[in-house]
Amino acid sequence: MSETVELPLYDLAHSRAGDKGNRANLSLIPYRPELYPILAEQVTEERVLALFAHRGATRCRRYDLPLLHAFNFVVDDVLEGGVNASLNLDGHGKTQSFRLLALTVRVPRHLAP
Amino acid sequence: MSDVFLVGNGAGFSGDRVDAPIPVVRTLIQRGLPAALFFEVLGERTVALAQLERRANPEAGYEPMLERLLAPVLADCFNNRIPILGNFGAANPPAAARCIARLALRLGLPNLRIAVVAGDDVMGSIALDQLPVHEADGSIDTRSARLIAANAYIGAEPLVAALKAGADVVVAGRTSDPALAIAPLVAHFGWSLDDWQKLAVGAAAGHLLECGSQVTGGVFWDPGRKDIPDPANIGFPIAEVTRDGGLIITKAVETGGLVDLRTIKEQLLYELHDPAHYITPDVVLDISACHIEQVGKDRVAIHGLKGEPAPESLKVTASFEGSWLGEGEVSVSGPNALARAKATADVLLQRLKLRGLPVRARVDLIGVASVHDSDDGALWRSYEGPEPLDIRIRLAAEGATRDDVDQAAREVLALLCCGTAGTGGARWRVTPRILTRSYLVLCERVPTSITTRTAQEIAA
Repeated sequence: MSETVELPLYDLAHSRAGDKGNRANLSLIPYRPELYPILAEQVTEERVLALFAHRGATRCRRYDLPLLHAFNFVVDDVLEGGVNASLNLDGHGKTQSFRLLALTVRVPRHLAP
Repeated sequence: MSDVFLVGNGAGFSGDRVDAPIPVVRTLIQRGLPAALFFEVLGERTVALAQLERRANPEAGYEPMLERLLAPVLADCFNNRIPILGNFGAANPPAAARCIARLALRLGLPNLRIAVVAGDDVMGSIALDQLPVHEADGSIDTRSARLIAANAYIGAEPLVAALKAGADVVVAGRTSDPALAIAPLVAHFGWSLDDWQKLAVGAAAGHLLECGSQVTGGVFWDPGRKDIPDPANIGFPIAEVTRDGGLIITKAVETGGLVDLRTIKEQLLYELHDPAHYITPDVVLDISACHIEQVGKDRVAIHGLKGEPAPESLKVTASFEGSWLGEGEVSVSGPNALARAKATADVLLQRLKLRGLPVRARVDLIGVASVHDSDDGALWRSYEGPEPLDIRIRLAAEGATRDDVDQAAREVLALLCCGTAGTGGARWRVTPRILTRSYLVLCERVPTSITTRTAQEIAA
Protein backbone atom coordinates (compact mmCIF):
# COMPACT_ATOMS: atom_id res chain seq x y z
CA MET A 1 0.00 0.00 0.00
CA SER A 2 1.14 3.51 -0.75
CA GLU A 3 2.02 5.99 1.93
CA THR A 4 -0.98 6.98 4.07
CA VAL A 5 -1.97 10.04 6.03
CA GLU A 6 -4.31 10.34 9.01
CA LEU A 7 -7.13 12.81 8.50
CA PRO A 8 -10.40 13.74 10.17
CA LEU A 9 -13.45 12.55 8.25
CA TYR A 10 -14.30 16.23 7.86
CA ASP A 11 -11.62 16.49 5.17
CA LEU A 12 -13.04 13.55 3.24
CA ALA A 13 -16.78 13.44 3.76
CA HIS A 14 -19.89 15.30 4.87
CA SER A 15 -22.68 14.31 7.22
CA ARG A 16 -26.15 15.27 8.47
CA ALA A 17 -27.84 14.13 11.68
CA GLY A 18 -31.51 13.44 12.29
CA ASP A 19 -33.49 12.10 15.25
CA LYS A 20 -36.37 9.82 16.15
CA GLY A 21 -36.94 9.65 19.86
CA ASN A 22 -33.73 8.64 21.61
CA ARG A 23 -32.12 7.43 18.40
CA ALA A 24 -30.02 9.42 15.96
CA ASN A 25 -29.17 8.79 12.37
CA LEU A 26 -25.96 10.15 10.91
CA SER A 27 -25.24 10.03 7.22
CA LEU A 28 -21.63 9.85 6.08
CA ILE A 29 -21.03 10.83 2.47
CA PRO A 30 -17.50 10.80 1.01
CA TYR A 31 -16.75 13.59 -1.44
CA ARG A 32 -15.01 11.13 -3.79
CA PRO A 33 -16.37 7.68 -4.67
CA GLU A 34 -12.85 6.19 -4.33
CA LEU A 35 -13.05 6.92 -0.61
CA TYR A 36 -16.17 4.79 -0.15
CA PRO A 37 -14.40 1.41 0.34
CA ILE A 38 -11.80 3.00 2.61
CA LEU A 39 -14.44 4.50 4.87
CA ALA A 40 -16.40 1.23 4.74
CA GLU A 41 -13.37 -0.53 6.16
CA GLN A 42 -12.38 2.02 8.81
CA VAL A 43 -15.57 3.75 9.99
CA THR A 44 -17.03 0.73 11.70
CA GLU A 45 -20.11 0.44 13.86
CA GLU A 46 -17.81 -0.13 16.85
CA ARG A 47 -15.84 3.04 16.30
CA VAL A 48 -18.95 5.16 15.87
CA LEU A 49 -20.54 3.65 18.96
CA ALA A 50 -17.37 4.43 20.95
CA LEU A 51 -17.58 8.04 19.78
CA PHE A 52 -20.90 8.37 21.62
CA ALA A 53 -20.16 6.11 24.60
CA HIS A 54 -19.97 9.11 26.97
CA ARG A 55 -23.63 9.83 26.16
CA GLY A 56 -24.84 6.33 26.87
CA ALA A 57 -25.22 5.05 23.30
CA THR A 58 -26.00 1.33 23.38
CA ARG A 59 -25.98 0.17 19.77
CA CYS A 60 -24.86 1.31 16.35
CA ARG A 61 -26.00 -0.07 13.05
CA ARG A 62 -24.45 0.94 9.72
CA TYR A 63 -26.44 0.73 6.50
CA ASP A 64 -24.33 0.81 3.33
CA LEU A 65 -25.53 2.48 0.17
CA PRO A 66 -22.87 1.64 -2.43
CA LEU A 67 -24.85 3.09 -5.34
CA LEU A 68 -25.11 6.45 -3.60
CA HIS A 69 -21.60 6.14 -2.12
CA ALA A 70 -23.00 6.88 1.30
CA PHE A 71 -23.47 5.30 4.73
CA ASN A 72 -26.26 5.68 7.24
CA PHE A 73 -25.38 5.15 10.91
CA VAL A 74 -28.25 4.59 13.32
CA VAL A 75 -27.18 5.05 16.93
CA ASP A 76 -29.53 3.97 19.73
CA ASP A 77 -29.90 5.77 23.08
CA VAL A 78 -27.48 8.52 22.08
CA LEU A 79 -29.77 11.51 22.64
CA GLU A 80 -29.89 11.42 26.44
CA GLY A 81 -33.58 10.54 26.35
CA GLY A 82 -34.41 12.45 23.17
CA VAL A 83 -35.75 15.93 22.67
CA ASN A 84 -38.49 15.51 25.26
CA ALA A 85 -36.29 14.30 28.10
CA SER A 86 -32.77 15.53 27.40
CA LEU A 87 -31.18 18.39 29.31
CA ASN A 88 -28.96 19.03 26.29
CA LEU A 89 -29.36 22.34 24.45
CA ASP A 90 -29.50 20.29 21.24
CA GLY A 91 -31.98 17.63 22.20
CA HIS A 92 -32.49 16.69 18.57
CA GLY A 93 -28.80 15.91 18.23
CA LYS A 94 -28.49 17.88 15.00
CA THR A 95 -24.95 18.93 15.89
CA GLN A 96 -23.75 15.34 16.33
CA SER A 97 -22.85 15.03 12.64
CA PHE A 98 -19.78 17.11 13.37
CA ARG A 99 -18.71 14.81 16.19
CA LEU A 100 -18.69 12.00 13.64
CA LEU A 101 -16.70 14.18 11.23
CA ALA A 102 -13.98 14.64 13.85
CA LEU A 103 -13.22 10.90 13.78
CA THR A 104 -9.93 10.17 11.99
CA VAL A 105 -9.11 7.65 9.27
CA ARG A 106 -5.96 6.74 7.35
CA VAL A 107 -6.09 7.27 3.60
CA PRO A 108 -3.52 6.94 0.80
CA ARG A 109 -1.79 10.25 0.28
CA HIS A 110 -3.08 10.57 -3.29
CA LEU A 111 -6.68 10.56 -2.00
CA ALA A 112 -6.05 13.28 0.57
CA PRO A 113 -7.49 16.68 -0.42
CA MET B 1 -45.29 18.75 -21.53
CA SER B 2 -48.54 18.03 -19.75
CA ASP B 3 -46.84 14.82 -18.69
CA VAL B 4 -44.87 16.78 -16.05
CA PHE B 5 -46.30 17.96 -12.74
CA LEU B 6 -44.48 20.34 -10.40
CA VAL B 7 -44.67 20.12 -6.61
CA GLY B 8 -43.24 23.10 -4.77
CA ASN B 9 -42.50 23.38 -1.08
CA GLY B 10 -43.17 26.60 0.82
CA ALA B 11 -42.09 25.67 4.36
CA GLY B 12 -40.16 22.84 5.99
CA PHE B 13 -41.09 23.49 9.60
CA SER B 14 -43.03 25.87 11.82
CA GLY B 15 -40.55 28.70 12.08
CA ASP B 16 -39.23 28.59 8.55
CA ARG B 17 -38.50 31.72 6.48
CA VAL B 18 -41.91 33.27 5.78
CA ASP B 19 -40.84 34.83 2.48
CA ALA B 20 -39.68 31.49 1.03
CA PRO B 21 -42.93 30.62 -0.84
CA ILE B 22 -42.83 33.77 -3.00
CA PRO B 23 -40.05 32.73 -5.43
CA VAL B 24 -41.38 29.15 -5.46
CA VAL B 25 -44.79 30.30 -6.67
CA ARG B 26 -43.20 32.73 -9.14
CA THR B 27 -41.25 29.78 -10.59
CA LEU B 28 -44.28 27.49 -10.74
CA ILE B 29 -46.19 30.16 -12.68
CA GLN B 30 -43.26 30.88 -15.04
CA ARG B 31 -42.92 27.20 -15.86
CA GLY B 32 -46.53 27.13 -16.98
CA LEU B 33 -46.98 23.49 -16.00
CA PRO B 34 -49.65 21.99 -13.75
CA ALA B 35 -48.42 22.38 -10.19
CA ALA B 36 -49.18 22.30 -6.47
CA LEU B 37 -47.58 23.93 -3.44
CA PHE B 38 -47.30 22.36 0.00
CA PHE B 39 -46.36 23.52 3.48
CA GLU B 40 -45.01 21.12 6.11
CA VAL B 41 -45.06 22.79 9.51
CA LEU B 42 -45.74 20.06 12.08
CA GLY B 43 -42.89 18.60 14.08
CA GLU B 44 -43.53 15.72 16.42
CA ARG B 45 -44.53 17.93 19.35
CA THR B 46 -45.97 20.87 17.41
CA VAL B 47 -49.54 19.57 17.55
CA ALA B 48 -49.31 19.26 21.33
CA LEU B 49 -48.04 22.82 21.70
CA ALA B 50 -50.85 23.96 19.38
CA GLN B 51 -53.39 22.02 21.45
CA LEU B 52 -52.21 23.91 24.55
CA GLU B 53 -52.71 27.20 22.68
CA ARG B 54 -56.19 26.10 21.63
CA ARG B 55 -57.08 25.39 25.25
CA ALA B 56 -56.22 28.97 26.10
CA ASN B 57 -57.94 30.41 23.00
CA PRO B 58 -60.51 28.40 20.98
CA GLU B 59 -59.60 30.29 17.77
CA ALA B 60 -55.87 29.49 18.14
CA GLY B 61 -54.00 26.23 17.76
CA TYR B 62 -53.02 26.39 14.09
CA GLU B 63 -49.76 27.47 12.46
CA PRO B 64 -49.12 30.97 13.87
CA MET B 65 -47.38 32.17 10.68
CA LEU B 66 -50.19 30.90 8.42
CA GLU B 67 -51.39 34.30 7.27
CA ARG B 68 -47.85 35.60 6.72
CA LEU B 69 -46.98 32.52 4.68
CA LEU B 70 -50.07 32.60 2.47
CA ALA B 71 -50.81 36.32 2.05
CA PRO B 72 -48.17 36.97 -0.66
CA VAL B 73 -48.98 33.85 -2.72
CA LEU B 74 -52.65 32.97 -2.23
CA ALA B 75 -54.05 35.10 -5.08
CA ASP B 76 -51.33 34.01 -7.51
CA CYS B 77 -51.93 30.36 -6.68
CA PHE B 78 -55.69 30.70 -7.03
CA ASN B 79 -55.48 32.59 -10.32
CA ASN B 80 -53.04 30.06 -11.77
CA ARG B 81 -54.87 26.98 -10.48
CA ILE B 82 -52.03 25.90 -8.18
CA PRO B 83 -53.64 24.14 -5.22
CA ILE B 84 -52.07 24.63 -1.79
CA LEU B 85 -51.84 21.81 0.76
CA GLY B 86 -50.58 22.06 4.30
CA ASN B 87 -50.66 20.50 7.71
CA PHE B 88 -50.88 24.08 8.98
CA GLY B 89 -54.24 23.27 10.59
CA ALA B 90 -52.25 21.68 13.45
CA ALA B 91 -54.63 21.26 16.41
CA ASN B 92 -57.38 23.42 14.93
CA PRO B 93 -57.91 23.01 11.15
CA PRO B 94 -61.36 24.69 11.19
CA ALA B 95 -59.86 27.85 12.73
CA ALA B 96 -57.04 27.76 10.18
CA ALA B 97 -59.68 27.57 7.44
CA ARG B 98 -61.45 30.60 8.91
CA CYS B 99 -58.13 32.49 8.92
CA ILE B 100 -57.57 31.61 5.25
CA ALA B 101 -61.17 32.57 4.40
CA ARG B 102 -60.72 36.01 5.99
CA LEU B 103 -57.48 36.46 4.07
CA ALA B 104 -59.16 35.36 0.81
CA LEU B 105 -61.98 37.87 1.24
CA ARG B 106 -59.44 40.61 1.89
CA LEU B 107 -57.65 39.62 -1.32
CA GLY B 108 -60.91 39.62 -3.27
CA LEU B 109 -61.13 35.81 -3.61
CA PRO B 110 -64.58 34.94 -2.21
CA ASN B 111 -64.78 31.81 -4.39
CA LEU B 112 -61.57 30.27 -3.08
CA ARG B 113 -62.48 26.71 -2.08
CA ILE B 114 -61.05 25.57 1.23
CA ALA B 115 -61.14 21.92 2.30
CA VAL B 116 -60.72 20.90 5.93
CA VAL B 117 -59.46 17.38 6.57
CA ALA B 118 -60.65 15.74 9.78
CA GLY B 119 -59.89 12.43 11.39
CA ASP B 120 -56.26 12.66 12.49
CA ASP B 121 -57.25 13.77 16.00
CA VAL B 122 -58.01 10.50 17.81
CA MET B 123 -57.83 11.79 21.37
CA GLY B 124 -61.48 11.13 22.10
CA SER B 125 -62.02 8.18 19.81
CA ILE B 126 -59.31 5.62 20.54
CA ALA B 127 -58.27 4.16 23.90
CA LEU B 128 -54.50 4.47 23.72
CA ASP B 129 -53.71 2.05 26.52
CA GLN B 130 -55.10 -0.80 24.41
CA LEU B 131 -52.68 -0.14 21.54
CA PRO B 132 -49.21 -1.58 20.93
CA VAL B 133 -46.50 0.95 21.77
CA HIS B 134 -44.24 1.89 18.87
CA GLU B 135 -41.77 4.39 20.39
CA ALA B 136 -41.79 5.88 23.86
CA ASP B 137 -40.00 8.32 26.09
CA GLY B 138 -38.84 6.08 28.92
CA SER B 139 -39.97 8.45 31.61
CA ILE B 140 -43.71 8.40 30.90
CA ASP B 141 -46.00 6.94 33.50
CA THR B 142 -49.17 6.92 31.42
CA ARG B 143 -51.34 6.11 34.45
CA SER B 144 -50.70 9.54 35.90
CA ALA B 145 -49.54 11.56 32.88
CA ARG B 146 -52.13 13.96 31.49
CA LEU B 147 -52.83 13.56 27.80
CA ILE B 148 -52.57 16.73 25.67
CA ALA B 149 -53.03 15.42 22.15
CA ALA B 150 -53.19 12.18 20.18
CA ASN B 151 -52.99 12.35 16.40
CA ALA B 152 -52.64 9.76 13.68
CA TYR B 153 -50.27 10.32 10.78
CA ILE B 154 -52.87 9.99 8.06
CA GLY B 155 -52.03 9.32 4.43
CA ALA B 156 -52.80 10.94 1.10
CA GLU B 157 -56.30 9.57 0.51
CA PRO B 158 -58.41 12.35 2.06
CA LEU B 159 -56.09 14.97 0.57
CA VAL B 160 -56.63 13.45 -2.87
CA ALA B 161 -60.39 13.52 -2.29
CA ALA B 162 -60.20 17.18 -1.35
CA LEU B 163 -58.26 18.05 -4.49
CA LYS B 164 -60.67 16.07 -6.64
CA ALA B 165 -63.51 17.99 -5.01
CA GLY B 166 -61.93 21.14 -6.39
CA ALA B 167 -60.21 22.49 -3.30
CA ASP B 168 -57.86 25.40 -3.85
CA VAL B 169 -56.48 25.06 -0.33
CA VAL B 170 -56.39 21.82 1.66
CA VAL B 171 -56.11 22.39 5.40
CA ALA B 172 -54.99 19.35 7.35
CA GLY B 173 -53.79 18.68 10.86
CA ARG B 174 -51.42 15.75 11.34
CA THR B 175 -50.62 13.99 8.09
CA SER B 176 -47.57 12.06 7.10
CA ASP B 177 -45.18 14.59 5.59
CA PRO B 178 -44.77 12.79 2.24
CA ALA B 179 -48.57 12.56 1.84
CA LEU B 180 -48.61 16.30 1.17
CA ALA B 181 -46.59 15.67 -2.01
CA ILE B 182 -48.10 12.31 -2.90
CA ALA B 183 -51.67 13.65 -2.90
CA PRO B 184 -51.40 16.23 -5.71
CA LEU B 185 -49.51 13.72 -7.86
CA VAL B 186 -52.17 11.05 -7.36
CA ALA B 187 -54.93 13.58 -8.01
CA HIS B 188 -53.26 14.88 -11.18
CA PHE B 189 -51.98 11.67 -12.77
CA GLY B 190 -54.78 9.44 -11.51
CA TRP B 191 -52.26 7.01 -10.04
CA SER B 192 -53.86 4.15 -8.17
CA LEU B 193 -53.38 4.11 -4.39
CA ASP B 194 -51.85 0.64 -4.72
CA ASP B 195 -49.44 1.50 -7.50
CA TRP B 196 -46.51 1.13 -5.11
CA GLN B 197 -43.86 2.09 -7.66
CA LYS B 198 -45.52 5.41 -8.41
CA LEU B 199 -46.33 6.10 -4.79
CA ALA B 200 -42.66 5.43 -3.96
CA VAL B 201 -41.72 8.25 -6.34
CA GLY B 202 -44.26 10.51 -4.65
CA ALA B 203 -42.97 9.54 -1.20
CA ALA B 204 -39.38 10.23 -2.25
CA ALA B 205 -40.40 13.61 -3.66
CA GLY B 206 -42.20 14.37 -0.40
CA HIS B 207 -39.29 13.19 1.74
CA LEU B 208 -36.80 15.28 -0.24
CA LEU B 209 -39.03 18.39 -0.14
CA GLU B 210 -40.63 18.18 3.29
CA CYS B 211 -37.81 20.01 5.07
CA GLY B 212 -37.80 22.88 2.57
CA SER B 213 -34.34 24.33 2.10
CA GLN B 214 -32.61 21.30 3.63
CA VAL B 215 -32.38 19.89 0.09
CA THR B 216 -31.32 23.17 -1.52
CA GLY B 217 -28.43 24.17 0.74
CA GLY B 218 -29.94 24.69 4.20
CA VAL B 219 -28.08 22.91 7.05
CA PHE B 220 -25.67 21.94 4.29
CA TRP B 221 -23.60 25.05 3.77
CA ASP B 222 -20.25 25.14 5.48
CA PRO B 223 -18.18 28.22 4.65
CA GLY B 224 -14.99 27.36 2.78
CA ARG B 225 -15.92 23.70 2.54
CA LYS B 226 -19.43 23.44 1.15
CA ASP B 227 -20.23 26.96 -0.02
CA ILE B 228 -23.61 27.86 -1.49
CA PRO B 229 -24.66 31.02 -3.34
CA ASP B 230 -26.51 33.65 -1.28
CA PRO B 231 -27.37 31.75 1.93
CA ALA B 232 -29.59 34.66 3.01
CA ASN B 233 -31.90 33.86 0.12
CA ILE B 234 -31.95 30.06 -0.25
CA GLY B 235 -34.47 28.98 -2.87
CA PHE B 236 -36.97 26.38 -1.72
CA PRO B 237 -37.31 23.12 -3.62
CA ILE B 238 -39.51 22.03 -6.48
CA ALA B 239 -39.99 18.44 -7.65
CA GLU B 240 -40.66 17.70 -11.31
CA VAL B 241 -42.54 14.43 -11.57
CA THR B 242 -43.62 12.65 -14.73
CA ARG B 243 -46.65 10.42 -15.17
CA ASP B 244 -44.47 7.33 -15.46
CA GLY B 245 -42.57 8.11 -12.26
CA GLY B 246 -39.58 10.21 -13.30
CA LEU B 247 -38.34 12.52 -10.57
CA ILE B 248 -36.09 15.57 -10.74
CA ILE B 249 -35.44 17.89 -7.81
CA THR B 250 -34.77 21.55 -8.57
CA LYS B 251 -35.48 24.87 -6.86
CA ALA B 252 -37.02 28.31 -7.25
CA VAL B 253 -35.40 30.52 -9.89
CA GLU B 254 -33.36 33.63 -9.05
CA THR B 255 -32.63 32.48 -5.52
CA GLY B 256 -29.60 31.33 -3.55
CA GLY B 257 -28.74 27.83 -2.50
CA LEU B 258 -28.09 24.90 -4.81
CA VAL B 259 -29.25 21.42 -5.72
CA ASP B 260 -26.48 18.92 -6.35
CA LEU B 261 -25.61 15.30 -5.58
CA ARG B 262 -24.37 16.30 -2.11
CA THR B 263 -27.52 18.15 -1.03
CA ILE B 264 -29.71 15.36 -2.38
CA LYS B 265 -27.74 12.65 -0.54
CA GLU B 266 -27.85 14.52 2.76
CA GLN B 267 -31.61 14.98 2.61
CA LEU B 268 -32.34 11.55 1.17
CA LEU B 269 -30.76 9.98 4.27
CA TYR B 270 -32.12 12.55 6.73
CA GLU B 271 -34.11 10.93 9.57
CA LEU B 272 -33.91 7.65 7.74
CA HIS B 273 -33.17 4.37 9.45
CA ASP B 274 -33.23 1.27 7.28
CA PRO B 275 -32.91 2.69 3.73
CA ALA B 276 -34.90 -0.27 2.41
CA HIS B 277 -37.89 0.49 4.68
CA TYR B 278 -38.92 4.11 4.91
CA ILE B 279 -42.44 3.65 6.23
CA THR B 280 -45.20 6.07 5.25
CA PRO B 281 -48.97 5.47 5.51
CA ASP B 282 -49.19 5.30 1.71
CA VAL B 283 -46.19 3.17 0.75
CA VAL B 284 -42.99 1.71 2.15
CA LEU B 285 -40.18 3.39 0.26
CA ASP B 286 -36.96 1.54 -0.55
CA ILE B 287 -34.01 3.72 -1.58
CA SER B 288 -31.40 0.98 -1.25
CA ALA B 289 -31.06 0.60 -5.03
CA CYS B 290 -31.49 4.29 -5.77
CA HIS B 291 -28.92 6.30 -7.70
CA ILE B 292 -28.84 9.95 -8.58
CA GLU B 293 -27.64 12.03 -11.49
CA GLN B 294 -26.94 15.73 -12.00
CA VAL B 295 -28.91 16.55 -15.14
CA GLY B 296 -28.44 20.32 -15.20
CA LYS B 297 -27.61 23.25 -12.97
CA ASP B 298 -29.58 22.79 -9.76
CA ARG B 299 -31.28 19.74 -11.23
CA VAL B 300 -30.82 16.22 -9.90
CA ALA B 301 -32.68 13.14 -11.15
CA ILE B 302 -33.50 10.30 -8.74
CA HIS B 303 -33.54 6.80 -10.26
CA GLY B 304 -34.19 3.29 -8.96
CA LEU B 305 -36.77 4.01 -6.28
CA LYS B 306 -38.84 1.03 -5.19
CA GLY B 307 -42.11 0.76 -3.34
CA GLU B 308 -43.61 -1.93 -1.13
CA PRO B 309 -47.24 -2.15 0.02
CA ALA B 310 -48.40 0.33 2.63
CA PRO B 311 -48.49 -0.87 6.24
CA GLU B 312 -51.79 -1.95 7.78
CA SER B 313 -51.30 0.39 10.72
CA LEU B 314 -50.90 4.10 11.17
CA LYS B 315 -48.60 5.73 13.68
CA VAL B 316 -50.38 7.68 16.40
CA THR B 317 -48.30 10.10 18.45
CA ALA B 318 -49.68 10.98 21.85
CA SER B 319 -48.33 13.87 23.87
CA PHE B 320 -48.52 14.13 27.63
CA GLU B 321 -47.82 16.88 30.11
CA GLY B 322 -44.31 16.25 31.34
CA SER B 323 -42.03 17.73 33.94
CA TRP B 324 -40.62 21.26 34.13
CA LEU B 325 -37.34 22.47 32.67
CA GLY B 326 -35.41 25.35 34.22
CA GLU B 327 -32.45 26.92 32.47
CA GLY B 328 -30.06 29.65 33.52
CA GLU B 329 -27.00 31.11 31.88
CA VAL B 330 -24.17 33.52 32.80
CA SER B 331 -20.99 34.52 31.00
CA VAL B 332 -17.33 34.87 31.94
CA SER B 333 -14.68 36.22 29.59
CA GLY B 334 -11.01 37.11 29.36
CA PRO B 335 -8.04 35.89 31.45
CA ASN B 336 -8.66 32.74 33.49
CA ALA B 337 -12.19 32.34 32.06
CA LEU B 338 -11.83 28.55 31.84
CA ALA B 339 -10.95 28.13 35.52
CA ARG B 340 -13.69 30.54 36.56
CA ALA B 341 -16.25 28.72 34.42
CA LYS B 342 -15.31 25.27 35.74
CA ALA B 343 -15.42 26.52 39.34
CA THR B 344 -18.80 28.16 38.71
CA ALA B 345 -20.18 24.91 37.33
CA ASP B 346 -19.11 22.99 40.41
CA VAL B 347 -20.52 25.64 42.74
CA LEU B 348 -23.88 25.55 40.96
CA LEU B 349 -24.16 21.78 41.38
CA GLN B 350 -23.07 22.13 45.00
CA ARG B 351 -25.76 24.76 45.62
CA LEU B 352 -28.52 22.48 44.29
CA LYS B 353 -27.33 19.77 46.70
CA LEU B 354 -27.04 22.18 49.64
CA ARG B 355 -30.61 23.31 49.11
CA GLY B 356 -31.88 19.80 48.62
CA LEU B 357 -33.74 20.68 45.44
CA PRO B 358 -35.28 17.54 43.89
CA VAL B 359 -34.06 18.15 40.34
CA ARG B 360 -31.92 16.42 37.75
CA ALA B 361 -29.26 18.89 36.63
CA ARG B 362 -26.56 19.41 34.08
CA VAL B 363 -24.02 22.14 33.46
CA ASP B 364 -22.64 23.08 30.06
CA LEU B 365 -19.71 25.35 29.34
CA ILE B 366 -20.80 26.91 26.06
CA GLY B 367 -17.65 27.75 24.14
CA VAL B 368 -15.81 24.75 25.62
CA ALA B 369 -18.21 21.81 25.28
CA SER B 370 -21.99 21.70 25.43
CA VAL B 371 -24.09 20.08 22.71
CA HIS B 372 -21.66 17.18 22.20
CA ASP B 373 -21.24 16.65 25.92
CA SER B 374 -23.03 14.40 28.40
CA ASP B 375 -24.96 15.30 31.55
CA ASP B 376 -21.85 14.73 33.67
CA GLY B 377 -19.78 17.12 31.55
CA ALA B 378 -17.22 14.53 30.49
CA LEU B 379 -15.93 16.70 27.65
CA TRP B 380 -15.62 20.07 29.38
CA ARG B 381 -14.20 18.54 32.56
CA SER B 382 -11.35 17.01 30.59
CA TYR B 383 -10.71 20.17 28.57
CA GLU B 384 -7.47 21.92 29.61
CA GLY B 385 -7.10 24.65 26.99
CA PRO B 386 -6.36 26.71 25.07
CA GLU B 387 -8.30 29.38 26.89
CA PRO B 388 -11.50 30.36 25.00
CA LEU B 389 -12.23 34.04 24.47
CA ASP B 390 -15.36 33.71 26.56
CA ILE B 391 -17.54 31.01 28.04
CA ARG B 392 -21.24 30.89 28.79
CA ILE B 393 -22.14 28.71 31.75
CA ARG B 394 -25.52 27.02 31.39
CA LEU B 395 -27.44 25.16 34.07
CA ALA B 396 -30.37 22.96 33.05
CA ALA B 397 -32.57 21.40 35.72
CA GLU B 398 -35.60 19.19 35.37
CA GLY B 399 -38.08 18.41 38.11
CA ALA B 400 -41.69 17.58 38.88
CA THR B 401 -42.72 21.00 40.17
CA ARG B 402 -42.36 24.40 38.62
CA ASP B 403 -41.17 25.93 41.87
CA ASP B 404 -38.28 23.53 42.44
CA VAL B 405 -37.08 24.05 38.89
CA ASP B 406 -37.45 27.82 39.15
CA GLN B 407 -35.42 27.81 42.36
CA ALA B 408 -32.71 25.79 40.64
CA ALA B 409 -32.56 28.17 37.67
CA ARG B 410 -32.47 31.18 39.99
CA GLU B 411 -29.23 29.87 41.47
CA VAL B 412 -27.68 31.07 38.21
CA LEU B 413 -29.17 34.52 38.72
CA ALA B 414 -27.67 34.65 42.23
CA LEU B 415 -24.22 34.35 40.66
CA LEU B 416 -24.50 37.99 39.59
CA CYS B 417 -23.45 38.82 43.16
CA CYS B 418 -22.18 35.50 44.53
CA GLY B 419 -20.29 34.26 41.45
CA THR B 420 -16.65 34.53 40.41
CA ALA B 421 -15.05 37.82 39.50
CA GLY B 422 -16.37 39.17 36.22
CA THR B 423 -19.63 37.18 36.04
CA GLY B 424 -22.38 38.79 33.95
CA GLY B 425 -25.24 38.51 31.50
CA ALA B 426 -27.62 36.30 33.49
CA ARG B 427 -30.78 34.90 31.89
CA TRP B 428 -33.11 32.29 33.27
CA ARG B 429 -36.41 30.72 32.30
CA VAL B 430 -38.75 27.89 33.17
CA THR B 431 -40.74 25.95 30.56
CA PRO B 432 -43.13 22.99 30.70
CA ARG B 433 -42.01 19.81 28.98
CA ILE B 434 -44.04 17.54 26.75
CA LEU B 435 -43.57 13.78 26.60
CA THR B 436 -44.55 11.73 23.60
CA ARG B 437 -45.36 8.12 22.97
CA SER B 438 -46.18 6.55 19.64
CA TYR B 439 -48.65 3.74 19.07
CA LEU B 440 -49.74 1.70 16.09
CA VAL B 441 -53.42 1.62 15.19
CA LEU B 442 -55.11 -0.22 12.34
CA CYS B 443 -55.90 2.13 9.45
CA GLU B 444 -59.61 1.31 9.46
CA ARG B 445 -59.91 2.64 13.00
CA VAL B 446 -58.97 6.13 11.78
CA PRO B 447 -61.75 7.25 9.42
CA THR B 448 -61.15 10.59 7.75
CA SER B 449 -63.49 13.12 6.20
CA ILE B 450 -63.32 16.38 4.28
CA THR B 451 -65.51 19.46 4.26
CA THR B 452 -65.11 21.83 1.31
CA ARG B 453 -66.60 25.30 1.30
CA THR B 454 -65.80 28.64 -0.31
CA ALA B 455 -64.14 31.46 1.59
CA GLN B 456 -67.40 33.38 1.44
CA GLU B 457 -69.38 30.47 2.93
CA ILE B 458 -66.87 29.95 5.71
CA ALA B 459 -66.74 33.64 6.60
CA ALA B 460 -70.54 33.97 6.62
